[in-house]
Amino acid sequence: MEYIKKSPSRVIFEIINTIFLVLVTICFLLPMWHVICCSFSDPQKLNINFGAVLWPLGTPTLSGYEMLGNNTALWKAYGNTLLYVAAGTSFSMILTTIGGYCLSRKCFGLRKALTLFLSFTMLFDGGLIPTYMVVKALGFVQTRWAVIIPGGVSVMNLIIMRTSFEQVPSALEEAARIDGANDFQILWRIFLPLTKATTAVIALFYAVAKWNSWFHPSIYLSGKRDLYPLQLILKEVLINSSITDMVSSSDDFMVSQAKILIKYVVIVVATLPILCIYPFVQKYFTKGVMIGAVKG
Amino acid sequence: MKHTKKNAVEKFNLIRDIKKNKLLYLFMIPVIVYFIIFHYVPMAGIVVAFEKYFPRKGIFGSQWVWFKNFENFFKGAYAGRVIKNTIIISVLEIVFSFPAPIIFALLLNEVKNAKFKKVVQTVSYMPHFISSVVFCGLVADFCSSRGFITDFIVMLGGTRQSLIGNADYFRTIYTISGIWQTVGYGSIIYMAALSGVDKELYEAAMLDGANRLQQTWHVTLPGIANTIVMLFILRMGSFLTVGSEKLLLLYAPSTYEVADVISTYVYRKGILDADFGYSTAVNLFNSVINTALLILTNKISRKVSDMSLF
Repeated sequence: MEYIKKSPSRVIFEIINTIFLVLVTICFLLPMWHVICCSFSDPQKLNINFGAVLWPLGTPTLSGYEMLGNNTALWKAYGNTLLYVAAGTSFSMILTTIGGYCLSRKCFGLRKALTLFLSFTMLFDGGLIPTYMVVKALGFVQTRWAVIIPGGVSVMNLIIMRTSFEQVPSALEEAARIDGANDFQILWRIFLPLTKATTAVIALFYAVAKWNSWFHPSIYLSGKRDLYPLQLILKEVLINSSITDMVSSSDDFMVSQAKILIKYVVIVVATLPILCIYPFVQKYFTKGVMIGAVKG
Repeated sequence: MKHTKKNAVEKFNLIRDIKKNKLLYLFMIPVIVYFIIFHYVPMAGIVVAFEKYFPRKGIFGSQWVWFKNFENFFKGAYAGRVIKNTIIISVLEIVFSFPAPIIFALLLNEVKNAKFKKVVQTVSYMPHFISSVVFCGLVADFCSSRGFITDFIVMLGGTRQSLIGNADYFRTIYTISGIWQTVGYGSIIYMAALSGVDKELYEAAMLDGANRLQQTWHVTLPGIANTIVMLFILRMGSFLTVGSEKLLLLYAPSTYEVADVISTYVYRKGILDADFGYSTAVNLFNSVINTALLILTNKISRKVSDMSLF
């Protein structure tokens, strides 16, 4: 269509559109940039600052990071989060892949019935309290299991997995069967390597959800401070503005001075890892989203 | 549910099927057990909604009170407030947040420079990956009396005050920040749908003398209508479920009047006050309306536009 000369109104539209999208992009970036700049700012200057910070105030300093560096509560929570993400994602991926595999097998007699059995839970669920009662009855409350296992399988992800397995050419499976491979080998050696992209995206979805989850840990772990994931500590710092546990400095004045600085530093420390990972997998997002949208 | 009935009918076949697909059945066991424990048992646990539940007496020992919990809710002081707030916030989301990714995708689709498009897309996904705690922390910070959004509004001639603590602005902040968080990621599905629209249709429309706006109206929108309808039906299915996490983190007693919704009320009653029966009853009311709306929207859509989810 390039050979057709653009009309003046089209040119004007394109300019306005570009300007608008640039502004939108700035809106997306500005808050995070503000936070990063604040985290390197001089605490005193930060305390009296109003408005957006587009460059670190005063001489850029790492003092906030140093203060948090020897904070054991924060690192403990960081460790807990890493554990929950690793264990939770593994658990979720195992059930999601085997479930998706079984439901993708045309020869599996209960395929339709089980798909319905799983999908029904998307339509209707027990809700907050009945689920809490089950988790409590299992003895999971105030243990790590409560964060790792409940909410471990998303039906949506399982259906995405199933659909991507269905797209693997059946000739490959038949050839493997002739060579004597069983279902486990077929799943592990053929299906998973062939659906790497989808598997990676689903693992990312699970990992991000676990990393960011606050509500469930806050219900199930309340009172057990040494099991707290990062988000619960963050909630205290950001929403309740209490940093007493965060900074173990003997100098009370310095702590009160650094209160605002600490806020920004923890946001950076807790958010940056995720923000650095997703751009590398984003080209697969479309695939994941679209497959999930195919009628179940 | 349905499958147990089917089991009985096809028992003969089932045994043969198990023999044929031993490993598949073995694989499926943990998945089925998981769904029974964490989804179907809680569904059965809904019976506490009809009980005056005491943890010590248990589900079977507590007194059966039929619809007393529901009655208490509807006669209580909070039912009006939380139902009204839920509906207002949900309508705001449907009117503003739902179309935002569609418009964003349409504008992005007009960009011819692939690199620029890619950068805008990547950046727009970012808010989706920020946790709700950090997100609400940022909103609270930016809208506090010394935050940079407040500062911007002062620059435009407003008064300096805590915006987030002001009941008049709470819903506006909630809606706008929600758009910020979801517009980019939500546009992925529409971008994919847009790339699937047949290019020849545009050329045909151009030959018929349609300008760009008419092309958008007559070719592009019908091309992605299916996706829009599908997501709209899904959205209606959670009409009464507005983001409780975000609200729990953002609201304060000064804004309860406009921010307290059904799900936050369920949380306060159930988890904080440990009134299990009552809280479950309120939640059940919520779920039933949601499911009814999902089915209703689906039905209407099937009649009117021949598009449906199931």
